[in-house]
Amino acid sequence: MFTRARRYAAALLATALIAGCAQTPSTPTTGSSGGAFPVTVKASNGTVTIAAKPARIVSLSPTATEMLYAIGAGGEVKAVDDQSDFPANAPRTKLSGFKPNAEAVAGYKPDLVLIQNDTNGLLAALTRLKITVLVLPSATTLEASYAQTLALGTATGHLPQARQAVQAEKTKIAAAVSTAKDRGKGLKVYHEVDPTYFSATSRTFAGDIYKLFGMVNIADAAKATAPDYPQLSAEFVVRSAPDVIVLADTQCCAQSAAVVAKRPAFANVPAVRTNTIVAISDDIASRWGPRAADLAAAISTAIVNRKA
Amino acid sequence: MTTRAVTDRVRPSRPAIAVIAVVLLLALAMLLAVCVGSTVVSPLALLTGRLSDVDAEVILQLRLPRVLLAALVGGMLSQAGAAYQGVFRNPLADPYLLGAAAGAGLGATAMIVLARGTFAVAVPIGAFVGAMIGVGSAYVLGRAASRTGGTAALLLAGLASTAFFTAVQTALLQAHNSDLLQVTAWILGQLGTASWDSLGLIAPYAAVAAVLLAFAGRWLDVLSVGDDEAASLGLRPERVRFAILLAASLSTAAAVSAAGLIGFVGLVVPHILRRLAGTSYRLLLPLSLFGGSIFLVLSDLLSRTALYPAEIPIGVVTAFVGAPFFAFLLLVGNRQ
Repeated sequence: MFTRARRYAAALLATALIAGCAQTPSTPTTGSSGGAFPVTVKASNGTVTIAAKPARIVSLSPTATEMLYAIGAGGEVKAVDDQSDFPANAPRTKLSGFKPNAEAVAGYKPDLVLIQNDTNGLLAALTRLKITVLVLPSATTLEASYAQTLALGTATGHLPQARQAVQAEKTKIAAAVSTAKDRGKGLKVYHEVDPTYFSATSRTFAGDIYKLFGMVNIADAAKATAPDYPQLSAEFVVRSAPDVIVLADTQCCAQSAAVVAKRPAFANVPAVRTNTIVAISDDIASRWGPRAADLAAAISTAIVNRKA
Repeated sequence: MTTRAVTDRVRPSRPAIAVIAVVLLLALAMLLAVCVGSTVVSPLALLTGRLSDVDAEVILQLRLPRVLLAALVGGMLSQAGAAYQGVFRNPLADPYLLGAAAGAGLGATAMIVLARGTFAVAVPIGAFVGAMIGVGSAYVLGRAASRTGGTAALLLAGLASTAFFTAVQTALLQAHNSDLLQVTAWILGQLGTASWDSLGLIAPYAAVAAVLLAFAGRWLDVLSVGDDEAASLGLRPERVRFAILLAASLSTAAAVSAAGLIGFVGLVVPHILRRLAGTSYRLLLPLSLFGGSIFLVLSDLLSRTALYPAEIPIGVVTAFVGAPFFAFLLLVGNRQ
């Protein structure tokens, strides 16, 4: 039946989407360094050898796109997917990272393609066309994120700049944590992915940042479920009384501190009472690239300004 | 044969018992669902109002509206399913087969994608309009394909509508990948955002649909003996069928707009009740209203407690419970 088929497809889509956000990558590491090629890079699709410095890169991952520009490889980027909206000068196309079309990708004649997940048989199709592919899935820790940046540095011949970018990010995050001092310690945080209470646990890069502040992630109680982004109940969120709420659904779903305050039973939630609600760009809160430091800075500011 | 003779086929003792049973079961199910959640409160404390401030707020603002919404949505879907089955004289007909759910899905998706969350109220409206267009197009197509308005043509037209709306929805999503999570959550059904406001939004539609369908039972019983016989009894089959179809679609659209796509309620519940209480639609329609409420209240209870504090999408729970049970009923039915 059509309806039933659609429901299964939707369920699979949801699983893939959430898994895409949540899966633990085989951490990419650099196998060689400097600008000399060939180099080997360890990615989720194994150890990949890159024979020569890529001159035509296609990125189907918004995070990888941000990383490429942060390490100075933007000049070699010829096309990015329709979700890669940062930086603004990235050559955005209609290529889809969710349902990529191998022929459309090949049309850009890339010598390196970056993807987040191997969907639609893209990896096999591009491999048949002898196009090098790196699969760089969602990082679940900041260290995994740094490793991806360094791997991209190696793969593109920009390793020194990649090291600088990672160092800059680490410095910015450390400064944010230092500014907050111990004021975040023990605070309960609720990271909202969408208004139906999907949330991020500590098994995500955002969760990793909360740990640096010593915060307690209320979504971690959902241990029985496989996804790192479980759907919680409104009851649970209210009863958990989070001290800090981070809204990662400001763009998709028009959520704001005022909207949260109007939700049933939320008026007495500590984060609402003290107005410790971080309304941040969905992209910054969901991409594990260099702008993760901006998330840390926003959290730091909220903690410092919080009136206990 | 008279209308009365046709509609009095139910054994006299069964209706009263059946109605009392489902009303009592619904009351018990709702009490259980209100008492159990992030914390369990005793029915005594609940009924006497001896609750802590937090418990009182959680129950009054979150749990009670959610339970009531589940009851309302379940009842509407189930009653609509029973009505569709009567109209098409097919026990497998349900709101999802006739393009209503697919149309609602497309309407909601279009609003989510185009309004980009700016107008949250646009989503239920989109779903409602989509559902009406879905069933309407199926009906018009079915009528065009068959001069007599035969049920097979209508059902096939429903399938065609469903396929078309699903295809458009998929294409829309393909072009707006960033909205996938929100749309997918809606497609799998959601009661977690229930509030007194969302209840208030659909209550008028539910009331109108329930009243309209309350009168439909006698007509459906007459139609069940055949169009010619119904006409000879003074009924105009096509007009009656169309009126019931509209009422059932209104019911479906209101339910879908409030809670997303929740399958199997309109299929399984009337099927079970038909086996328990007989085939008269005079009894089946009200029983389905209460039965659907019971089914969805308990399904929601399972969805929010089984993996607490995580939730299982309500549509997944109804499919898990409904699909095997329905398969079992089919097997038993065939053997008999």
